Amino acid sequence: MRRADVAALVEDDRVHRDLYLSAELFELEREHFFANTWNYVGHASQVREPGDYVAVEIAGRPLLMVRQGDGSIRVLYNRCAHKGTQLVSDASGNVGKFFRCPYHAWTYKLDGAPLAMPLKGGYDGTRLKACESGQGMAAVPHVAVYRDFVFAKLNDAGPGFDEYFGELLRSIDNLVERSPLGRLRIEGGVLRNIVHCNWKMYLENINDTVHPMSTHESATAAAHALWQGRSADEPKPMSMEQILPFGAGYDFFDRMGARVHPNGHSVLGVNFSIHSGYAQLPDYEASMREAYGAERAAEILQRSPQNALCFPSLALKGSPQAIRVIRPLAVDRTLIEAWSFRAEGAPDLLFERAMTYNRLVFSPMSVVAHDDVHLFESIQQGLRARGNDWVSLHRDFERGELAQDTQTVNGTNEILMRNQFRAWVKFMTLDMPA
Amino acid sequence: MNAGPVIIERELCDFVAHEARLLDARRFDEWLALFAANGRYWIPLQGAEQAEGAAHNALADEDSLLLSLRVQRLKNPRAHSQHPVSRCQHVLQRSALTHADHAAGRYELATPFIYVESRGERQLMLAGTARHRLVRSAQGLLIELKRIDLLDAGTALPAIQLFP
Repeated sequence: MRRADVAALVEDDRVHRDLYLSAELFELEREHFFANTWNYVGHASQVREPGDYVAVEIAGRPLLMVRQGDGSIRVLYNRCAHKGTQLVSDASGNVGKFFRCPYHAWTYKLDGAPLAMPLKGGYDGTRLKACESGQGMAAVPHVAVYRDFVFAKLNDAGPGFDEYFGELLRSIDNLVERSPLGRLRIEGGVLRNIVHCNWKMYLENINDTVHPMSTHESATAAAHALWQGRSADEPKPMSMEQILPFGAGYDFFDRMGARVHPNGHSVLGVNFSIHSGYAQLPDYEASMREAYGAERAAEILQRSPQNALCFPSLALKGSPQAIRVIRPLAVDRTLIEAWSFRAEGAPDLLFERAMTYNRLVFSPMSVVAHDDVHLFESIQQGLRARGNDWVSLHRDFERGELAQDTQTVNGTNEILMRNQFRAWVKFMTLDMPA
Repeated sequence: MNAGPVIIERELCDFVAHEARLLDARRFDEWLALFAANGRYWIPLQGAEQAEGAAHNALADEDSLLLSLRVQRLKNPRAHSQHPVSRCQHVLQRSALTHADHAAGRYELATPFIYVESRGERQLMLAGTARHRLVRSAQGLLIELKRIDLLDAGTALPAIQLFP
Protein backbone atom coordinates (compact mmCIF):
# COMPACT_ATOMS: atom_id res chain seq x y z
CA MET A 1 0.00 0.00 0.00
CA ARG A 2 1.12 3.50 -0.75
CA ARG A 3 0.59 6.68 1.18
CA ALA A 4 -2.37 7.84 -0.92
CA ASP A 5 -4.14 4.46 -0.58
CA VAL A 6 -3.98 4.68 3.21
CA ALA A 7 -4.97 8.34 3.34
CA ALA A 8 -8.04 7.65 1.18
CA LEU A 9 -9.44 5.39 3.93
CA VAL A 10 -9.95 8.32 6.30
CA GLU A 11 -12.23 11.12 5.11
CA ASP A 12 -12.92 14.31 7.03
CA ASP A 13 -16.07 12.93 8.62
CA ARG A 14 -15.97 9.14 8.19
CA VAL A 15 -13.56 6.20 8.04
CA HIS A 16 -13.45 3.12 5.86
CA ARG A 17 -14.31 -0.21 7.44
CA ASP A 18 -10.98 -1.69 6.28
CA LEU A 19 -9.39 0.10 9.23
CA TYR A 20 -11.11 -2.46 11.45
CA LEU A 21 -11.26 -5.48 9.17
CA SER A 22 -8.13 -5.66 7.05
CA ALA A 23 -5.37 -7.97 8.29
CA GLU A 24 -3.04 -6.37 5.73
CA LEU A 25 -3.64 -2.95 7.28
CA PHE A 26 -3.04 -4.38 10.74
CA GLU A 27 0.39 -5.62 9.65
CA LEU A 28 1.12 -2.18 8.20
CA GLU A 29 0.01 -0.61 11.47
CA ARG A 30 2.62 -2.68 13.29
CA GLU A 31 5.32 -1.70 10.83
CA HIS A 32 4.44 1.98 10.60
CA PHE A 33 1.73 3.32 12.91
CA PHE A 34 2.66 1.67 16.19
CA ALA A 35 6.37 1.95 15.49
CA ASN A 36 6.11 5.68 14.69
CA THR A 37 4.04 6.60 17.77
CA TRP A 38 5.04 6.79 21.43
CA ASN A 39 3.49 3.83 23.20
CA TYR A 40 3.18 3.18 26.92
CA VAL A 41 5.52 0.44 28.11
CA GLY A 42 4.93 0.39 31.86
CA HIS A 43 5.44 2.19 35.14
CA ALA A 44 8.78 2.53 36.87
CA SER A 45 7.31 1.17 40.12
CA GLN A 46 6.99 -2.21 38.40
CA VAL A 47 10.79 -2.48 38.19
CA ARG A 48 12.16 -1.17 41.47
CA GLU A 49 15.46 -3.03 41.86
CA PRO A 50 18.35 -3.42 39.41
CA GLY A 51 17.65 -6.45 37.25
CA ASP A 52 13.85 -6.17 37.64
CA TYR A 53 12.10 -6.56 34.32
CA VAL A 54 8.64 -6.52 32.81
CA ALA A 55 7.96 -8.16 29.44
CA VAL A 56 5.55 -6.43 27.09
CA GLU A 57 4.70 -6.53 23.40
CA ILE A 58 4.40 -3.37 21.34
CA ALA A 59 3.83 -3.31 17.58
CA GLY A 60 4.18 -7.09 17.64
CA ARG A 61 7.72 -6.89 19.06
CA PRO A 62 8.76 -8.61 22.30
CA LEU A 63 10.20 -5.99 24.65
CA LEU A 64 11.69 -5.86 28.13
CA MET A 65 11.57 -2.86 30.43
CA VAL A 66 14.64 -3.28 32.64
CA ARG A 67 15.88 -1.40 35.71
CA GLN A 68 19.62 -0.73 35.34
CA GLY A 69 22.35 -0.81 37.97
CA ASP A 70 22.51 3.01 37.92
CA GLY A 71 18.74 3.32 38.56
CA SER A 72 17.80 4.26 35.01
CA ILE A 73 15.34 2.29 32.90
CA ARG A 74 15.99 0.80 29.49
CA VAL A 75 13.79 -0.98 26.99
CA LEU A 76 15.46 -3.88 25.19
CA TYR A 77 14.25 -6.38 22.65
CA ASN A 78 13.66 -9.74 24.32
CA ARG A 79 15.84 -11.69 21.90
CA CYS A 80 19.15 -13.41 22.27
CA ALA A 81 21.64 -12.04 19.75
CA HIS A 82 22.67 -15.61 18.94
CA LYS A 83 19.62 -17.60 17.78
CA GLY A 84 16.66 -15.47 18.81
CA THR A 85 15.62 -17.16 22.05
CA GLN A 86 13.69 -14.90 24.41
CA LEU A 87 16.04 -14.09 27.29
CA VAL A 88 13.19 -14.32 29.78
CA SER A 89 9.84 -15.99 29.39
CA ASP A 90 8.08 -14.91 32.59
CA ALA A 91 5.91 -11.78 32.45
CA SER A 92 8.04 -10.12 35.11
CA GLY A 93 10.87 -10.94 37.49
CA ASN A 94 14.48 -10.21 38.32
CA VAL A 95 17.42 -11.47 36.25
CA GLY A 96 20.09 -10.59 38.81
CA LYS A 97 23.19 -8.83 37.52
CA PHE A 98 22.96 -10.05 33.92
CA PHE A 99 20.80 -11.82 31.35
CA ARG A 100 21.73 -15.40 30.59
CA CYS A 101 20.23 -17.16 27.61
CA PRO A 102 18.89 -20.56 28.65
CA TYR A 103 19.77 -22.08 25.26
CA HIS A 104 23.58 -21.64 24.82
CA ALA A 105 24.44 -19.53 27.88
CA TRP A 106 25.30 -16.30 26.09
CA THR A 107 25.19 -13.55 28.70
CA TYR A 108 24.45 -9.82 28.56
CA LYS A 109 24.72 -6.87 30.91
CA LEU A 110 21.48 -5.25 32.04
CA ASP A 111 21.85 -2.68 29.24
CA GLY A 112 22.07 -5.50 26.69
CA ALA A 113 25.83 -5.25 26.07
CA PRO A 114 27.46 -8.64 25.39
CA LEU A 115 29.22 -10.16 28.40
CA ALA A 116 30.36 -13.70 27.67
CA MET A 117 29.69 -16.86 25.72
CA PRO A 118 31.05 -20.44 25.80
CA LEU A 119 33.72 -21.48 23.27
CA LYS A 120 34.63 -17.89 22.61
CA GLY A 121 37.76 -18.91 20.70
CA GLY A 122 35.55 -20.44 18.02
CA TYR A 123 34.59 -16.93 16.95
CA ASP A 124 38.17 -15.71 16.45
CA GLY A 125 38.58 -14.55 12.90
CA THR A 126 34.84 -14.69 12.18
CA ARG A 127 32.57 -11.72 11.38
CA LEU A 128 30.57 -12.10 14.63
CA LYS A 129 31.91 -9.02 16.38
CA ALA A 130 31.17 -6.81 13.40
CA CYS A 131 27.58 -7.95 12.90
CA GLU A 132 24.36 -7.59 14.92
CA SER A 133 24.86 -10.94 16.61
CA GLY A 134 28.03 -9.64 18.23
CA GLN A 135 26.44 -6.42 19.49
CA GLY A 136 24.32 -7.90 22.26
CA MET A 137 20.62 -7.38 22.89
CA ALA A 138 19.21 -4.61 20.71
CA ALA A 139 17.87 -1.61 22.62
CA VAL A 140 14.79 0.41 21.66
CA PRO A 141 16.34 3.70 20.50
CA HIS A 142 13.65 6.09 21.72
CA VAL A 143 12.61 5.69 25.35
CA ALA A 144 11.21 8.40 27.62
CA VAL A 145 10.52 8.15 31.35
CA TYR A 146 8.12 10.92 32.32
CA ARG A 147 7.32 11.04 36.04
CA ASP A 148 7.79 7.24 36.14
CA PHE A 149 5.58 6.59 33.08
CA VAL A 150 7.74 4.77 30.53
CA PHE A 151 7.08 5.21 26.82
CA ALA A 152 8.89 3.90 23.75
CA LYS A 153 8.97 4.63 20.04
CA LEU A 154 10.45 1.86 17.93
CA ASN A 155 11.14 3.77 14.71
CA ASP A 156 13.27 6.85 14.19
CA ALA A 157 10.48 8.57 12.27
CA GLY A 158 8.08 10.86 14.09
CA PRO A 159 8.35 13.62 16.69
CA GLY A 160 10.28 13.48 19.94
CA PHE A 161 8.49 12.65 23.19
CA ASP A 162 7.71 16.19 24.43
CA GLU A 163 6.47 17.36 21.07
CA TYR A 164 4.42 14.20 20.57
CA PHE A 165 2.44 14.47 23.82
CA GLY A 166 2.57 18.23 24.36
CA GLU A 167 -0.14 19.41 26.76
CA LEU A 168 -1.28 15.85 27.46
CA LEU A 169 1.61 15.54 29.87
CA ARG A 170 -0.42 17.76 32.22
CA SER A 171 -2.82 14.82 32.58
CA ILE A 172 0.04 12.63 33.76
CA ASP A 173 1.07 15.48 36.08
CA ASN A 174 -2.44 15.52 37.53
CA LEU A 175 -2.34 11.81 38.24
CA VAL A 176 1.04 12.11 39.95
CA GLU A 177 0.23 15.30 41.84
CA ARG A 178 -2.78 13.70 43.48
CA SER A 179 -0.10 12.15 45.67
CA PRO A 180 0.96 14.71 48.29
CA LEU A 181 4.45 13.25 47.86
CA GLY A 182 4.30 13.36 44.06
CA ARG A 183 4.82 9.60 43.69
CA LEU A 184 2.63 6.78 42.39
CA ARG A 185 2.99 3.04 42.75
CA ILE A 186 1.29 0.36 40.67
CA GLU A 187 -0.37 -1.97 43.17
CA GLY A 188 -3.19 -4.44 43.52
CA GLY A 189 -2.60 -6.38 40.31
CA VAL A 190 -3.83 -5.93 36.77
CA LEU A 191 -7.15 -6.92 35.22
CA ARG A 192 -6.59 -8.34 31.74
CA ASN A 193 -9.32 -8.61 29.13
CA ILE A 194 -9.33 -10.21 25.71
CA VAL A 195 -11.80 -8.50 23.42
CA HIS A 196 -12.52 -9.89 19.96
CA CYS A 197 -12.51 -6.58 18.17
CA ASN A 198 -10.12 -4.23 16.46
CA TRP A 199 -8.27 -1.95 18.89
CA LYS A 200 -9.81 1.18 17.37
CA MET A 201 -13.32 0.36 18.54
CA TYR A 202 -12.05 0.29 22.10
CA LEU A 203 -10.08 3.49 21.66
CA GLU A 204 -13.00 5.34 20.10
CA ASN A 205 -15.28 4.21 22.89
CA ILE A 206 -12.98 5.84 25.45
CA ASN A 207 -14.17 9.09 23.87
CA ASP A 208 -17.76 8.05 23.24
CA THR A 209 -20.13 9.91 25.54
CA VAL A 210 -23.31 9.01 23.71
CA HIS A 211 -23.26 5.25 24.36
CA PRO A 212 -23.69 4.98 28.17
CA MET A 213 -27.41 5.75 28.16
CA SER A 214 -28.30 2.95 25.73
CA THR A 215 -25.33 0.58 26.08
CA HIS A 216 -25.28 0.54 29.89
CA GLU A 217 -29.02 0.87 30.41
CA SER A 218 -29.39 -2.57 31.99
CA ALA A 219 -26.60 -2.00 34.54
CA THR A 220 -27.63 1.51 35.52
CA ALA A 221 -31.35 0.61 35.64
CA ALA A 222 -30.55 -2.23 38.04
CA ALA A 223 -28.39 0.07 40.18
CA HIS A 224 -31.08 2.74 40.30
CA ALA A 225 -33.79 0.19 41.15
CA LEU A 226 -31.71 -1.12 44.05
CA TRP A 227 -30.85 2.34 45.33
CA GLN A 228 -34.20 4.11 44.83
CA GLY A 229 -36.07 5.22 47.92
CA ARG A 230 -32.86 5.99 49.82
CA SER A 231 -32.58 9.57 51.00
CA ALA A 232 -30.24 11.78 49.01
CA ASP A 233 -27.89 12.37 51.94
CA GLU A 234 -27.47 8.69 52.77
CA PRO A 235 -23.81 7.91 52.14
CA LYS A 236 -23.49 5.61 49.16
CA PRO A 237 -21.29 2.56 49.21
CA MET A 238 -18.33 3.04 46.87
CA SER A 239 -19.85 0.69 44.31
CA MET A 240 -23.03 2.77 44.00
CA GLU A 241 -21.05 6.01 44.02
CA GLN A 242 -19.14 4.71 40.99
CA ILE A 243 -21.89 2.93 39.03
CA LEU A 244 -24.89 5.28 39.39
CA PRO A 245 -23.33 8.20 37.42
CA PHE A 246 -23.16 5.98 34.31
CA GLY A 247 -26.86 6.72 33.94
CA ALA A 248 -26.30 10.46 33.44
CA GLY A 249 -28.08 11.85 30.39
CA TYR A 250 -26.93 13.22 27.03
CA ASP A 251 -26.99 16.75 28.38
CA PHE A 252 -24.59 15.88 31.22
CA PHE A 253 -22.11 14.29 28.84
CA ASP A 254 -22.41 17.17 26.37
CA ARG A 255 -21.75 19.79 29.04
CA MET A 256 -18.69 18.01 30.43
CA GLY A 257 -16.78 19.36 27.47
CA ALA A 258 -13.63 18.08 25.82
CA ARG A 259 -10.36 19.25 24.36
CA VAL A 260 -8.60 17.73 21.38
CA HIS A 261 -4.85 17.97 20.96
CA PRO A 262 -2.46 17.29 18.10
CA ASN A 263 -1.39 13.68 17.42
CA GLY A 264 -4.70 12.07 18.37
CA HIS A 265 -4.70 12.97 22.07
CA SER A 266 -7.70 14.30 23.94
CA VAL A 267 -9.10 15.13 27.34
CA LEU A 268 -12.77 14.31 27.79
CA GLY A 269 -14.59 15.98 30.68
CA VAL A 270 -12.64 19.23 30.92
CA ASN A 271 -15.49 20.81 32.95
CA PHE A 272 -16.56 17.81 35.06
CA SER A 273 -17.17 14.09 34.65
CA ILE A 274 -18.92 11.10 36.16
CA HIS A 275 -16.01 11.05 38.63
CA SER A 276 -16.57 14.56 39.97
CA GLY A 277 -19.15 13.57 42.58
CA TYR A 278 -17.03 11.22 44.71
CA ALA A 279 -17.16 11.95 48.44
CA GLN A 280 -14.68 14.54 49.61
CA LEU A 281 -11.89 13.60 51.99
CA PRO A 282 -11.06 16.54 54.28
CA ASP A 283 -7.84 15.09 55.76
CA TYR A 284 -6.48 14.24 52.34
CA GLU A 285 -7.39 17.67 50.99
CA ALA A 286 -5.58 19.26 53.95
CA SER A 287 -2.46 17.23 53.19
CA MET A 288 -2.69 18.29 49.55
CA ARG A 289 -2.90 21.97 50.57
CA GLU A 290 0.12 21.46 52.78
CA ALA A 291 2.06 19.90 49.93
CA TYR A 292 1.07 22.21 47.06
CA GLY A 293 -0.46 25.33 48.60
CA ALA A 294 -4.20 26.05 48.70
CA GLU A 295 -4.60 27.34 45.15
CA ARG A 296 -2.59 24.63 43.40
CA ALA A 297 -4.16 21.87 45.52
CA ALA A 298 -7.64 23.08 44.56
CA GLU A 299 -6.63 23.07 40.88
CA ILE A 300 -5.28 19.54 41.09
CA LEU A 301 -8.31 18.14 42.89
CA GLN A 302 -10.85 19.95 40.78
CA ARG A 303 -9.49 18.52 37.54
CA SER A 304 -11.29 15.21 37.17
CA PRO A 305 -11.69 14.29 33.51
CA GLN A 306 -13.59 11.27 32.27
CA ASN A 307 -10.58 10.11 30.27
CA ALA A 308 -7.33 11.60 29.13
CA LEU A 309 -6.18 9.70 26.06
CA CYS A 310 -2.45 9.41 25.40
CA PHE A 311 -2.96 8.20 21.85
CA PRO A 312 -2.86 5.34 20.99
CA SER A 313 -2.05 3.11 23.95
CA LEU A 314 -2.98 4.70 27.26
CA ALA A 315 -6.12 6.13 28.87
CA LEU A 316 -5.79 7.89 32.23
CA LYS A 317 -8.24 8.68 34.98
CA GLY A 318 -6.93 11.08 37.62
CA SER A 319 -9.76 10.16 39.96
CA PRO A 320 -10.07 7.25 40.45
CA GLN A 321 -6.35 6.66 39.94
CA ALA A 322 -6.68 4.10 37.21
CA ILE A 323 -5.22 3.59 33.76
CA ARG A 324 -6.12 1.41 30.84
CA VAL A 325 -3.53 0.11 28.42
CA ILE A 326 -4.60 -0.90 24.93
CA ARG A 327 -2.49 -3.67 23.37
CA PRO A 328 -3.57 -4.75 19.88
CA LEU A 329 -2.95 -8.49 19.32
CA ALA A 330 -4.50 -9.06 15.89
CA VAL A 331 -6.80 -7.22 13.53
CA ASP A 332 -9.77 -8.60 15.48
CA ARG A 333 -8.25 -9.21 18.92
CA THR A 334 -7.21 -6.66 21.56
CA LEU A 335 -5.81 -6.96 25.05
CA ILE A 336 -7.06 -4.38 27.53
CA GLU A 337 -5.25 -3.99 30.85
CA ALA A 338 -6.59 -2.03 33.81
CA TRP A 339 -3.99 -1.01 36.40
CA SER A 340 -4.53 0.70 39.77
CA PHE A 341 -2.26 3.27 41.38
CA ARG A 342 -1.52 3.92 45.01
CA ALA A 343 -0.72 7.61 45.47
CA GLU A 344 1.99 7.81 48.11
CA GLY A 345 0.98 9.86 51.11
CA ALA A 346 -2.73 9.66 50.22
CA PRO A 347 -5.27 7.66 52.24
CA ASP A 348 -5.95 3.99 51.46
CA LEU A 349 -9.44 5.00 50.34
CA LEU A 350 -8.05 6.53 47.13
CA PHE A 351 -6.36 3.26 46.27
CA GLU A 352 -9.58 1.41 47.12
CA ARG A 353 -11.41 3.66 44.67
CA ALA A 354 -8.94 2.79 41.92
CA MET A 355 -9.20 -0.95 42.52
CA THR A 356 -12.98 -0.87 42.96
CA TYR A 357 -13.50 1.16 39.79
CA ASN A 358 -11.29 -1.16 37.75
CA ARG A 359 -13.10 -4.19 39.16
CA LEU A 360 -16.59 -2.77 38.60
CA VAL A 361 -15.97 -1.34 35.15
CA PHE A 362 -12.91 -3.00 33.55
CA SER A 363 -12.89 -6.58 34.86
CA PRO A 364 -13.73 -9.51 32.56
CA MET A 365 -16.63 -9.94 35.01
CA SER A 366 -17.80 -6.30 34.91
CA VAL A 367 -21.50 -5.88 34.16
CA VAL A 368 -20.67 -2.49 32.68
CA ALA A 369 -17.99 -3.88 30.36
CA HIS A 370 -20.09 -6.88 29.30
CA ASP A 371 -22.33 -4.67 27.19
CA ASP A 372 -19.42 -2.64 25.80
CA VAL A 373 -17.49 -5.75 24.82
CA HIS A 374 -20.55 -7.38 23.28
CA LEU A 375 -21.11 -4.30 21.12
CA PHE A 376 -17.47 -3.97 20.03
CA GLU A 377 -17.54 -7.62 19.00
CA SER A 378 -20.87 -7.03 17.28
CA ILE A 379 -19.37 -4.15 15.26
CA GLN A 380 -16.48 -6.38 14.22
CA GLN A 381 -19.06 -8.75 12.70
CA GLY A 382 -21.54 -6.13 11.45
CA LEU A 383 -18.96 -4.23 9.43
CA ARG A 384 -18.69 -7.20 7.06
CA ALA A 385 -22.07 -6.21 5.64
CA ARG A 386 -22.32 -4.84 2.11
CA GLY A 387 -24.14 -1.64 1.22
CA ASN A 388 -22.07 0.70 3.38
CA ASP A 389 -18.28 0.57 3.58
CA TRP A 390 -18.00 3.51 5.94
CA VAL A 391 -18.22 4.28 9.67
CA SER A 392 -19.87 7.60 10.47
CA LEU A 393 -18.07 10.28 12.49
CA HIS A 394 -20.25 13.17 11.35
CA ARG A 395 -21.60 14.48 14.67
CA ASP A 396 -20.75 18.19 15.02
CA PHE A 397 -18.32 18.15 12.10
CA GLU A 398 -17.37 21.60 10.86
CA ARG A 399 -14.99 22.27 8.03
CA GLY A 400 -13.23 24.88 10.15
CA GLU A 401 -11.95 22.23 12.57
CA LEU A 402 -9.51 21.00 9.93
CA ALA A 403 -7.45 24.15 10.32
CA GLN A 404 -7.16 23.91 14.12
CA ASP A 405 -5.19 21.18 15.84
CA THR A 406 -6.14 22.13 19.40
CA GLN A 407 -9.68 23.07 20.35
CA THR A 408 -12.20 22.90 23.16
CA VAL A 409 -15.56 21.45 22.21
CA ASN A 410 -18.82 20.03 23.57
CA GLY A 411 -18.53 16.60 25.19
CA THR A 412 -20.55 14.70 22.61
CA ASN A 413 -18.65 16.04 19.60
CA GLU A 414 -17.22 13.22 17.49
CA ILE A 415 -14.20 15.38 16.74
CA LEU A 416 -12.48 13.40 19.51
CA MET A 417 -12.64 10.35 17.25
CA ARG A 418 -12.01 12.25 14.02
CA ASN A 419 -8.89 13.58 15.73
CA GLN A 420 -7.73 10.01 16.45
CA PHE A 421 -8.13 9.00 12.82
CA ARG A 422 -6.37 12.09 11.49
CA ALA A 423 -3.41 11.13 13.68
CA TRP A 424 -3.73 7.54 12.49
CA VAL A 425 -3.19 8.65 8.88
CA LYS A 426 -0.32 10.91 9.90
CA PHE A 427 1.67 8.24 11.73
CA MET A 428 0.70 5.42 9.39
CA THR A 429 2.02 7.25 6.33
CA LEU A 430 4.94 9.10 7.92
CA ASP A 431 7.53 6.67 6.56
CA MET A 432 5.53 5.12 3.73
CA PRO A 433 6.46 5.43 0.06
CA ALA A 434 4.51 8.25 -1.61
CA MET B 1 -30.79 -35.80 69.05
CA ASN B 2 -28.13 -34.02 67.02
CA ALA B 3 -27.22 -35.26 63.59
CA GLY B 4 -23.91 -37.10 63.47
CA PRO B 5 -20.87 -35.66 61.66
CA VAL B 6 -21.27 -37.96 58.67
CA ILE B 7 -24.86 -36.81 58.14
CA ILE B 8 -23.83 -33.17 58.50
CA GLU B 9 -21.00 -33.57 56.02
CA ARG B 10 -23.44 -35.07 53.56
CA GLU B 11 -25.80 -32.14 54.09
CA LEU B 12 -23.00 -29.61 53.50
CA CYS B 13 -21.80 -31.32 50.32
CA ASP B 14 -25.38 -31.47 49.05
CA PHE B 15 -25.73 -27.76 49.73
CA VAL B 16 -22.66 -26.97 47.61
CA ALA B 17 -23.94 -29.15 44.77
CA HIS B 18 -27.39 -27.56 45.04
CA GLU B 19 -25.86 -24.07 44.84
CA ALA B 20 -24.13 -24.96 41.55
CA ARG B 21 -27.28 -26.57 40.17
CA LEU B 22 -29.27 -23.38 40.78
CA LEU B 23 -26.74 -21.40 38.72
CA ASP B 24 -26.74 -23.97 35.92
CA ALA B 25 -30.55 -23.81 35.86
CA ARG B 26 -30.48 -19.98 35.82
CA ARG B 27 -32.53 -19.89 39.04
CA PHE B 28 -30.65 -16.77 40.10
CA ASP B 29 -33.15 -15.42 42.64
CA GLU B 30 -33.10 -18.70 44.54
CA TRP B 31 -29.31 -18.68 44.29
CA LEU B 32 -29.15 -15.16 45.78
CA ALA B 33 -31.33 -16.31 48.67
CA LEU B 34 -28.59 -18.77 49.67
CA PHE B 35 -26.33 -15.88 50.72
CA ALA B 36 -26.36 -14.47 54.26
CA ALA B 37 -27.12 -10.75 54.58
CA ASN B 38 -23.37 -10.14 54.93
CA GLY B 39 -22.57 -12.71 52.25
CA ARG B 40 -19.71 -12.20 49.82
CA TYR B 41 -18.88 -13.63 46.40
CA TRP B 42 -15.18 -13.24 45.71
CA ILE B 43 -12.82 -14.24 42.88
CA PRO B 44 -9.36 -13.04 43.91
CA LEU B 45 -6.99 -12.05 41.11
CA GLN B 46 -4.14 -14.14 42.52
CA GLY B 47 -6.30 -17.23 42.97
CA ALA B 48 -5.41 -19.49 45.88
CA GLU B 49 -2.27 -17.46 46.64
CA GLN B 50 -4.18 -14.35 47.64
CA ALA B 51 -4.57 -13.83 51.40
CA GLU B 52 -7.94 -12.72 52.70
CA GLY B 53 -7.71 -9.00 53.46
CA ALA B 54 -4.67 -8.39 51.21
CA ALA B 55 -4.83 -5.09 49.31
CA HIS B 56 -5.07 -6.81 45.95
CA ASN B 57 -7.76 -6.68 43.33
CA ALA B 58 -10.26 -9.34 42.29
CA LEU B 59 -12.14 -10.30 39.14
CA ALA B 60 -15.27 -9.92 41.27
CA ASP B 61 -15.79 -8.99 44.91
CA GLU B 62 -19.47 -8.60 45.53
CA ASP B 63 -21.67 -7.98 48.50
CA SER B 64 -25.40 -8.72 48.39
CA LEU B 65 -26.10 -5.34 46.79
CA LEU B 66 -23.78 -5.99 43.83
CA LEU B 67 -24.92 -9.59 43.46
CA SER B 68 -28.53 -8.36 43.32
CA LEU B 69 -27.50 -5.80 40.70
CA ARG B 70 -26.03 -8.60 38.58
CA VAL B 71 -29.14 -10.73 38.89
CA GLN B 72 -31.50 -7.80 38.23
CA ARG B 73 -29.53 -6.81 35.15
CA LEU B 74 -29.76 -10.31 33.69
CA LYS B 75 -33.57 -9.98 33.73
CA ASN B 76 -33.50 -6.78 31.65
CA PRO B 77 -34.16 -7.48 27.95
CA ARG B 78 -31.73 -4.64 27.24
CA ALA B 79 -28.84 -6.50 28.81
CA HIS B 80 -27.33 -6.51 25.32
CA SER B 81 -24.59 -8.98 26.07
CA GLN B 82 -27.27 -11.56 26.86
CA HIS B 83 -28.36 -11.82 23.23
CA PRO B 84 -27.67 -14.65 22.76
CA VAL B 85 -28.00 -15.70 26.36
CA SER B 86 -25.12 -17.14 28.42
CA ARG B 87 -25.47 -20.62 29.85
CA CYS B 88 -23.21 -22.33 32.33
CA GLN B 89 -22.33 -25.77 33.60
CA HIS B 90 -20.45 -26.49 36.81
CA VAL B 91 -18.72 -29.86 36.96
CA LEU B 92 -17.86 -30.40 40.61
CA GLN B 93 -15.43 -32.75 42.22
CA ARG B 94 -16.44 -34.12 45.65
CA SER B 95 -16.33 -31.37 48.29
CA ALA B 96 -13.87 -31.68 51.17
CA LEU B 97 -14.91 -30.38 54.58
CA THR B 98 -11.90 -28.27 55.54
CA HIS B 99 -13.23 -26.74 58.75
CA ALA B 100 -16.13 -27.57 61.06
CA ASP B 101 -17.27 -25.86 64.23
CA HIS B 102 -20.39 -27.86 65.07
CA ALA B 103 -21.17 -25.83 68.19
CA ALA B 104 -21.24 -22.56 66.27
CA GLY B 105 -22.69 -24.15 63.14
CA ARG B 106 -19.86 -22.87 60.94
CA TYR B 107 -18.28 -24.88 58.18
CA GLU B 108 -15.83 -24.52 55.30
CA LEU B 109 -15.67 -26.68 52.22
CA ALA B 110 -13.32 -26.85 49.25
CA THR B 111 -14.74 -28.04 45.95
CA PRO B 112 -12.53 -28.35 42.85
CA PHE B 113 -14.50 -27.66 39.70
CA ILE B 114 -14.51 -27.12 35.98
CA TYR B 115 -16.80 -24.34 34.81
CA VAL B 116 -18.04 -23.96 31.27
CA GLU B 117 -19.83 -20.85 30.07
CA SER B 118 -21.38 -20.90 26.62
CA ARG B 119 -22.81 -18.13 24.54
CA GLY B 120 -23.62 -18.43 20.85
CA GLU B 121 -20.68 -20.06 19.12
CA ARG B 122 -18.21 -19.31 21.87
CA GLN B 123 -17.35 -21.37 24.88
CA LEU B 124 -15.20 -20.48 27.87
CA MET B 125 -13.76 -23.00 30.31
CA LEU B 126 -12.31 -22.25 33.72
CA ALA B 127 -10.87 -24.54 36.34
CA GLY B 128 -10.53 -23.81 40.02
CA THR B 129 -11.59 -24.53 43.56
CA ALA B 130 -14.69 -23.07 45.18
CA ARG B 131 -14.31 -22.42 48.90
CA HIS B 132 -17.59 -22.06 50.75
CA ARG B 133 -17.87 -20.61 54.22
CA LEU B 134 -21.29 -21.66 55.47
CA VAL B 135 -23.19 -20.75 58.59
CA ARG B 136 -26.25 -22.41 60.05
CA SER B 137 -29.09 -19.98 60.71
CA ALA B 138 -32.82 -20.04 61.36
CA GLN B 139 -33.30 -20.17 57.56
CA GLY B 140 -30.97 -23.15 57.27
CA LEU B 141 -27.46 -23.08 55.83
CA LEU B 142 -26.37 -19.76 54.33
CA ILE B 143 -23.27 -18.67 52.41
CA GLU B 144 -21.11 -16.17 54.24
CA LEU B 145 -18.38 -16.40 51.64
CA LYS B 146 -18.07 -18.08 48.31
CA ARG B 147 -14.45 -17.69 47.34
CA ILE B 148 -13.48 -18.97 43.91
CA ASP B 149 -9.80 -19.64 43.37
CA LEU B 150 -9.35 -19.83 39.62
CA LEU B 151 -6.32 -21.51 38.11
CA ASP B 152 -5.99 -18.60 35.67
CA ALA B 153 -7.54 -15.60 37.39
CA GLY B 154 -4.61 -13.36 36.47
CA THR B 155 -4.45 -14.18 32.78
CA ALA B 156 -6.16 -12.31 29.97
CA LEU B 157 -9.76 -13.49 29.94
CA PRO B 158 -12.78 -12.93 27.74
CA ALA B 159 -16.03 -11.80 29.34
CA ILE B 160 -17.28 -14.08 32.13
CA GLN B 161 -20.96 -13.17 32.36
CA LEU B 162 -22.45 -15.64 34.82
CA PHE B 163 -21.10 -17.06 38.07
CA PRO B 164 -18.20 -19.56 38.29
